[in-house]
Amino acid sequence: MKIADKNTSAVSLVKEALEKAKKYEDKHIFVSLNEENALKKAEEIDKKIAKGEKVGRLAGVPYALKDNFLSKEGNTTASSLILEPFHSPIDSTTVKKLEEEGAIMIGRTNMDSFAHGSSTENSYFGPTKNAKDDERVAGGSSGGSAVAVALDIVPFATGTDTGGSIRQPASFNGVYGFKPTYGTISRYGVVAMASSTDCIGFFTKNTEDMNLLMEICAGQDSNDMTTLPDYYNETEEKEVKKIGIIKDFDNDKVDENIRNALAKKVEFLKQKGYEIVELSMPTLKYALAVYYIIVPAEVSSNLSRHDGIRYGYRSDNAKDLGEIFSKSRNEGFMSENKRRIMIGNFVLSSGFYDAYYLKAQKARTKIIEEYKNAFEKVDYILTPVSPNPAFRLGEKVNDPVSMYLEDVMSVPINLAGVPSLAVPAGTTETGLPLGLQIVGPRRSDKNLLKFAKILEEDK
Amino acid sequence: MKIKREDILHLADLSNFSMSDKEIDSLGNDLENIISYISELNELDTDGVEPTYQVFEMENIWRDDEIKEQEATREDLLALTKESEENQIKVPKVL
Repeated sequence: MKIADKNTSAVSLVKEALEKAKKYEDKHIFVSLNEENALKKAEEIDKKIAKGEKVGRLAGVPYALKDNFLSKEGNTTASSLILEPFHSPIDSTTVKKLEEEGAIMIGRTNMDSFAHGSSTENSYFGPTKNAKDDERVAGGSSGGSAVAVALDIVPFATGTDTGGSIRQPASFNGVYGFKPTYGTISRYGVVAMASSTDCIGFFTKNTEDMNLLMEICAGQDSNDMTTLPDYYNETEEKEVKKIGIIKDFDNDKVDENIRNALAKKVEFLKQKGYEIVELSMPTLKYALAVYYIIVPAEVSSNLSRHDGIRYGYRSDNAKDLGEIFSKSRNEGFMSENKRRIMIGNFVLSSGFYDAYYLKAQKARTKIIEEYKNAFEKVDYILTPVSPNPAFRLGEKVNDPVSMYLEDVMSVPINLAGVPSLAVPAGTTETGLPLGLQIVGPRRSDKNLLKFAKILEEDK
Repeated sequence: MKIKREDILHLADLSNFSMSDKEIDSLGNDLENIISYISELNELDTDGVEPTYQVFEMENIWRDDEIKEQEATREDLLALTKESEENQIKVPKVL
């Protein structure tokens, strides 16, 4: 990515990004732009450069921030009504780390409200359109971030991935999207969805930029007790020999274009001398049911904090304290938020806890073991990200189960806590982007990005 | 599994949503479909398998009980609420 220096000013980089953001206004990528602050910060960086002072590794680089990252600049709405008035008094750890290196946030990107969705149609502010086709979805939940990078508005954008929310929109728009090993990047200051699977990651146009962002943002944070000690910057290189493909995923439910794209990459890897190993992972077909039990359970708990009192939206129709809670929540959440909260309360309620919640946590153990066994046989696994390329706006939004089925190949990764990178893999005949994902064992993130570079050569 | 109207009312109550009759009706079908889908998990044999709540099996990570410097001030936090008085958040009368 282009970094400000003696020849390129931060102001010109930021101005260019803002101009492009406005040019694509009809795509509805941004919830809000951060024009004034961004230009001020750019001027400060240019002054430093002119004086010969040291600047960061991302000096003057404009970026887009998913609307669920807390930042003192603008409101953090999580694309919801209930947080629409919320102006954060703190910065999330990721924002802090990026800005310490000189990155400049030019705007907040649209998402499914509270990251609940796979299309960015569940946003309170309306859907984002696909980078290549105005009649199709951007994917979700980080749809705005994916499109912002795909259209070259910014060289990188932040995302969160609880069950595919970075990788699926990355593949729908033809960019790189990385979900690291669980706990690699601090979740502090990010609107919580499901704490046991939430991961912070990025969208970029290439693997080098992704590696740089990981070098900057990985590491332990005393504000997020689940963060791992920084293994990323300490990783030793490992030779890659064997690549797995999951035969259980090879079926008619996967779009032909995606199956062909996978076959093409497999052929390319064979020619490069890698051994391709067929894996059987029979528990993965249950991962989606497991996910839609565990995640709503955690959602119902995490979203109980929105009470209409301490911060955020408060209903004007409430007459007493009880109504402040129930009316603010009912008016402030979108339908999909409510469905997930209610399903969460269902699977956690007495009488159903053992049959759903506990059962799902046991199934998660089996999924984790299946990945462990797989990574004893292969170095990485190559699979589709989702069964279909970008679908049409409105096609699935009123049928929750058909929308959930789009996540069938992305959620097992989150349940197991392993890293996965969505990589572009050509297009359909009509030009719709296709994507595949490279899945690795825990803490293999750095080497995984290095390996992905080899696939970059196959255009 | 059939979801009755009273079940949905109970879940709406647990979730603290004051829903209209129309909303309750439209949610019933969705919730029934979702629950029917997640019930497919019953097929999977999990006898003798331990549950995993945290993927790195981390448990109770403690820190010293010391006051850390806080980035947000009391004023910052009170500014987020709709009504406040004398450093307290104001809500309608409870009793």
